[in-house]
Amino acid sequence: MAEHHSSYVPNTGIERWLDARLPIVRLMHDSAVSYPVPRNLNYWWTFGGILMFMLVAQIVTGIVLVMHYTPHVDFAFSSVEHIMRDVNYGWLMRYAHANGASMFFVAVYIHIARGLYYGSYKAPREVLWILGVVIFLLMMATAFMGYVLPWGQMSFWGATVITNLFSAIPVVGDPIVTWLWGGYSVDNPTLNRFFSLHYLLPFMIFGVVILHVWALHHVGQNNPSGVEVKDYAKDTVPFTPFATVKDIFAMVCFMILFAWFVFYQPNFLGHADNYIPADPLKTPAHIVPEWYFLPFYGILRAIPDKLGGVLAMFASIAVLAFLPWLDTSRVKSGRYRPIFRLAFWTLVIVTILLGYTGSQPTDKVVLSLGGVTKLDMVGFAQILTVIYFAYFLIALPLLGLFEKPQAVPASIADSVLGEAKAHG
Amino acid sequence: MADQSMSEPNRRDFLLLATGAAGAVAGASVVWPLISQMLPDASTIAAGAPVEVDLGPIGEGKAITLKWRGKPIFVRHRTKAEIEASRADDAKITIDPEADAHRVKAFGGKSQDQWIVVYGNCTHLGCVPTGFAGDFGGWYCPCHGSHYDNAGRIRKGPAPKNLFVPEYAFLSATKIKIG
Repeated sequence: MAEHHSSYVPNTGIERWLDARLPIVRLMHDSAVSYPVPRNLNYWWTFGGILMFMLVAQIVTGIVLVMHYTPHVDFAFSSVEHIMRDVNYGWLMRYAHANGASMFFVAVYIHIARGLYYGSYKAPREVLWILGVVIFLLMMATAFMGYVLPWGQMSFWGATVITNLFSAIPVVGDPIVTWLWGGYSVDNPTLNRFFSLHYLLPFMIFGVVILHVWALHHVGQNNPSGVEVKDYAKDTVPFTPFATVKDIFAMVCFMILFAWFVFYQPNFLGHADNYIPADPLKTPAHIVPEWYFLPFYGILRAIPDKLGGVLAMFASIAVLAFLPWLDTSRVKSGRYRPIFRLAFWTLVIVTILLGYTGSQPTDKVVLSLGGVTKLDMVGFAQILTVIYFAYFLIALPLLGLFEKPQAVPASIADSVLGEAKAHG
Repeated sequence: MADQSMSEPNRRDFLLLATGAAGAVAGASVVWPLISQMLPDASTIAAGAPVEVDLGPIGEGKAITLKWRGKPIFVRHRTKAEIEASRADDAKITIDPEADAHRVKAFGGKSQDQWIVVYGNCTHLGCVPTGFAGDFGGWYCPCHGSHYDNAGRIRKGPAPKNLFVPEYAFLSATKIKIG
């Protein structure tokens, strides 16, 4: 929508004065008021705004928590309890921050799935998509380091397991791990640097989000039909009030879910073991990462080789960045691709099942016939891992060549009017 | 002049290269301290000095866990039967082949094969394995299911290496120095 021109008219003298010197009000007006959005956006398109809200909520609660937290192995755990028991509304700040991380990932997974289903990664939105993958990676790093800060058992052993992933790198792996730790094991220097980086990364995310939104506003939003905007008058509506009100309504609904967790189930998404102070001599019987890492953890455990497991786990995320070129279909939206839809929902189910395998003990029996184990958790995860990668590396490239898509509407307006007729 | 500058390096070219080289050296000398500050500091290294361990109180068939450099170290006093079993399996070690005799040290010209001293971190991703557990009577790692035998050799599971043997030496028949 690069051809979209500014419609901002400064009315007062002071607005004209500022506009001539720093056109910041014009920028806001053009990006959040008059900016044209496709008229057929559904509620799946509200998660970008929800994510923006979550990022700000995490930064605000995080800054407040830092005012009371002590990043030292001897005090970290008790300073978190101090926040919970002594600080005014400390419990609220901590529960909002901890559950906020989970809500952030709920929203980002829906946002990613929306992009996958409607082909939002396809030209001309490749850079927009890749910036999104970068944000996702930064979110994962931030969440991981944040989880270490309370210095409970899961904090310590999660940090040990994840930093040890780097020891799989040939030759330089062990020196890199020592460098990451700042010692011979995860210890005070590790806690301090994780704290420093956990404070930094959200602001880096904020920077990449600005690039993400810039790229979005340059190429324009995708929409459920996957057809590009052809006629601004017919195909689009102004951002305010249409998208603004829809986004705010979705945000409020999302906040009800968020508030339910914070006020009624604040520890449901956490692990009881993290209320035990870190002990370097005792590993919890069953280490699991936070739920939002489970599918990738499932892939890591599926490969019986250390380096192979680490590579497969990183590849399962990196493959997302190559989606624009792996999907060969010229039709963007899954709405007009029946076989693709089947593959997409298979991917969603497989990812959830991978998360389930990641949450279970490796030797748990999945299928046994006549008392003989036919399939354990690792074997099950291996099958799922193959299907996960097959979606990206086999299904998407081949479907574009062999699938016969349904008729795509000529324009966004046609798509909306066609629906109205069908329902009318 | 144009020809001259194309054909042979002049003073301007020299200045550009020299300035660029000096800039690169200056840049590297600023970046290195920023990287190096994350390496183990002097106090961490000092706290990791060698320790002496008295083996006297550890009875046959028992094991202790001690903490050194922030990591657990297992010291296990093997029984005759355990040593025999481990030696008998020497040919069956496939993941990280190593003879039982190479997992122990000698003192006074005599193999101290009853003593196994290993780091207590699984070589997969660093969890602490449980002692006297697993399919081979050694250690079992609950995190990702690695089985070690009583010499700390990896027998089954995702771990790529045997439990690491720290640098240590016998000071007497009942005392070792780790580090």
